[in-house]
Amino acid sequence: MIKVAIIGAGITGASIARVLSRYENLEVHLIDKNPDVGWGVSKANTALIHGGYDDDPDKYPMRAKLCVRGNRLWHRWVKELEIPHIWNGALVVALEEEDFDELEKLLERGIRNGVPEMRIVDREELFHLEPGLNPEAKGALWIPTVGQIGPIPAVIAIVENAVANGVKIHLNTKVKGIKVQNGEVKGVETNNGFIEADVIINAAGLYADEISRMVGLDYFTIHPRKGEYWIFDDTVPGPRRVLFPTPTPISKGIVVTTEISGHLMIGPNAQDLPPEEKENLATTREGLEEVWEGAKKLWPNLPPRSKVIRTFAGLRPEPTGGDFIIKAEEEVFGFINVAGIRSPGLTSAPAIAYEVAEIIQRDLGIKLIEKEKWNPYRKDITRFSMLSPEEANRLIRENPAYGKIVCRCNLVTEGEILEAIERMKFIGVKIPSIDSIKFRTKATSGTCQGSFCRVRIIQLLSKAYNVPPWEITLKGEGSEIGIGDVKALLRGENSA
Amino acid sequence: MLESYDVVVIGGGPAGMGAAIKAKELGLKVLLLDDNDFLGGILPQCIHPGFGLHYFKEELTGPEFAYRLINKLDGVEVKTSARVIEIQNYSDLEKFVTYVSPEGVKKVATKTIIYAAGARERHAFEIGIVGDRVAGIYTAGEAQALMDLYGILPGRDIVIVGSGDVGLIMARRFALEGCNVKAVIELMPYPGGLARNLMILKDFNIPLYLSHKVVEVRGRKRVEKVKVVKVDENLREIPGSEFWIEADTLIISAGLIPNVKLLQEIGVRIDPATGGPVVNDRLETSVPGIFVAGNSLLINDLVDYVVEQGETAAEGAKEFIENGGIKSTRWIKLVKGENVRLVAPHYLSGERDVWIYARVQRPIEDVTLEFPEIGKKLRLPVVKPSEMLRIKLRGEEIRKAKEKITMQVVKNE
Repeated sequence: MIKVAIIGAGITGASIARVLSRYENLEVHLIDKNPDVGWGVSKANTALIHGGYDDDPDKYPMRAKLCVRGNRLWHRWVKELEIPHIWNGALVVALEEEDFDELEKLLERGIRNGVPEMRIVDREELFHLEPGLNPEAKGALWIPTVGQIGPIPAVIAIVENAVANGVKIHLNTKVKGIKVQNGEVKGVETNNGFIEADVIINAAGLYADEISRMVGLDYFTIHPRKGEYWIFDDTVPGPRRVLFPTPTPISKGIVVTTEISGHLMIGPNAQDLPPEEKENLATTREGLEEVWEGAKKLWPNLPPRSKVIRTFAGLRPEPTGGDFIIKAEEEVFGFINVAGIRSPGLTSAPAIAYEVAEIIQRDLGIKLIEKEKWNPYRKDITRFSMLSPEEANRLIRENPAYGKIVCRCNLVTEGEILEAIERMKFIGVKIPSIDSIKFRTKATSGTCQGSFCRVRIIQLLSKAYNVPPWEITLKGEGSEIGIGDVKALLRGENSA
Repeated sequence: MLESYDVVVIGGGPAGMGAAIKAKELGLKVLLLDDNDFLGGILPQCIHPGFGLHYFKEELTGPEFAYRLINKLDGVEVKTSARVIEIQNYSDLEKFVTYVSPEGVKKVATKTIIYAAGARERHAFEIGIVGDRVAGIYTAGEAQALMDLYGILPGRDIVIVGSGDVGLIMARRFALEGCNVKAVIELMPYPGGLARNLMILKDFNIPLYLSHKVVEVRGRKRVEKVKVVKVDENLREIPGSEFWIEADTLIISAGLIPNVKLLQEIGVRIDPATGGPVVNDRLETSVPGIFVAGNSLLINDLVDYVVEQGETAAEGAKEFIENGGIKSTRWIKLVKGENVRLVAPHYLSGERDVWIYARVQRPIEDVTLEFPEIGKKLRLPVVKPSEMLRIKLRGEEIRKAKEKITMQVVKNE
């Protein structure tokens, strides 16, 4: 049995774990320092499955190749894994006549990369595709294969499927060192003990440079590039397609889109941070203003600011050189870097996973033997709001908890929360958090942002995990929702 | 066959219960639906006194007030844990309400609906706070529920945004639990709460910053500090006036917004000033047979008014059923004049006496409240945005107007 340790349970690590779970001669361990999966880079991004036309194959061959392949694979994966998605296509909009030159370039590049069905549309067709656009728009590049998914729901789905196929998960497990002997990897030292491994895959996102340095490879660094976003109430009308401005040399630009839950979303800008600011997820006035101004150019009818329900920031891991770093490192046998997975990382993830499987066979000389039985399918969590009244009634008869609405904005039932808890236990989530419930059910993410339902979710988590309610966390240790019972301070206790 | 009712009341808070009790007294067949496990709406978490001086003629706590109303519900069919997911307006005299409960998804028919689903609180994102999205940020009502329904103390060093009643009451609540309430931050140049609640700040020695706002939160996992900035008379931030307050908890008490999504879905006209529906003097919305009461109509400061609105709506439902609609030969529009921010009801028939609820734009002392078209004047020592004006206009007064009645608040010379 060959032991494989994957560091990082984000979209990349999870996808690799799923693909490797197919082989009977591999014992796959997926390691993450966070209490749940998908809580790093994967958590906050534009949630797009890109087309693959904007990565220059001469400058960024990995990105160009894997994005197009990833897009195609997602079309299959979302079905097998029942990941919430929409294939609504994208428009790269020309606001000036000069922009058409850039669109021609993109079209040419897309053809070279193998993107199907792209074409430049004129004004008339453009407004047929997207009536709400800035009336000044002159035309656009139309990429029908672009889609959107829920990025964390995707990670969760992939991990659930990987675990069902035998992958072992180690959460709250921080990698402290990597043991290398005679030029070969031997395993991973963690705060939860030593995990033996013959193959170590570094999919550590923003921290991939630090993990790489643990084996003495310091030829690249990762710096965070921050992007900020606004999300609006679902009563605000948004576009039907994903709208991009014509790109500039440094950025794909600020996107205007209706994300899969039906909320208008705008963002991101791009602000480069120094390498040490890998935890800086704060939103800023300046950043949000920049996004607002950018989005307004494509979508002039932005809602009043009071219609915002959330702003957030995400970090892309920008590597030295700009291209994905995906390779078996010759100096340390068994160590594979999967680093610098910046945009289009979400799109590329499934393709990256197959690439890694190929590297294991080709460069490490490990022959992979397919399991006789491997389960490609995973069922999504029940989504009450999507059921017909007949289906809902059948479910409620079996279990009345599905008839009890907890999150009023998104119509999430107690049954779904309990189901999410079971699923968390299945993949080994130990610290019950409200965000873990949110990412599985959408509870707390609606118009009121949880001010009604958070309290009730706390009760359900407290009961299921048998911990006092104030010890339930928002997002893992240190984010407890309270400091004790109401008399804790008066009794002179110094809890927290 | 669908079960059918004269009135379906949506919401089991004081407005809904007040409506259901009155409708039952008027001999109507009533179904009361509430999505909580218990009746009372927000009252059960309001453990402070100050409720019921008008309605019960004595001072009660929220749970006591709710308990008294619940005891008057005999004869009303009540469903709790029942969330209404759709209202259908089939015809003026036939409506359908679909709700989800542990008994299943159920649809009932009804002649009228009284919508009393309350309000929600504005949250940190809506008021433009940026920074880290960490634990320790709660709306005031949520913190109140945590403490007074579930016994959870959210934190120890507290900053409160908003000097409205809810914010002030929470300031006292935290202080009573031994927390350090470091500041109440108010955007406006005047406090937002009732005078009796402003005493809390003196009683507990809590600093109030008028013309200030919280703009940013920083922390790794939990709130560690909040950034406050001073604003000028146009609410613009004054550069260089920023300062930080260390705190582990930020409470947002920045106002309420009527819950009207279900009504909007069937095309009920909304008044941007109140955030609730446009109504006539029976509190009937622009969809005939659908009435609204309580904080879904407009944000109230006294529970007694909320119950009163429920009762008015119930009388409307009775009249609607008896006459096949709320009849009026002509509607007289109530128009906002000088220094009036919002007013409801919006249309008056002149066929009955009506309670008018209104709020002013800014506080002024020594004023006259005028309705020029009907020659009515009331002298008041002071008006404040925080204190809702409630004035009775008599039918015969209303009838003096032809098309409209303006309500204005004028400073006395």
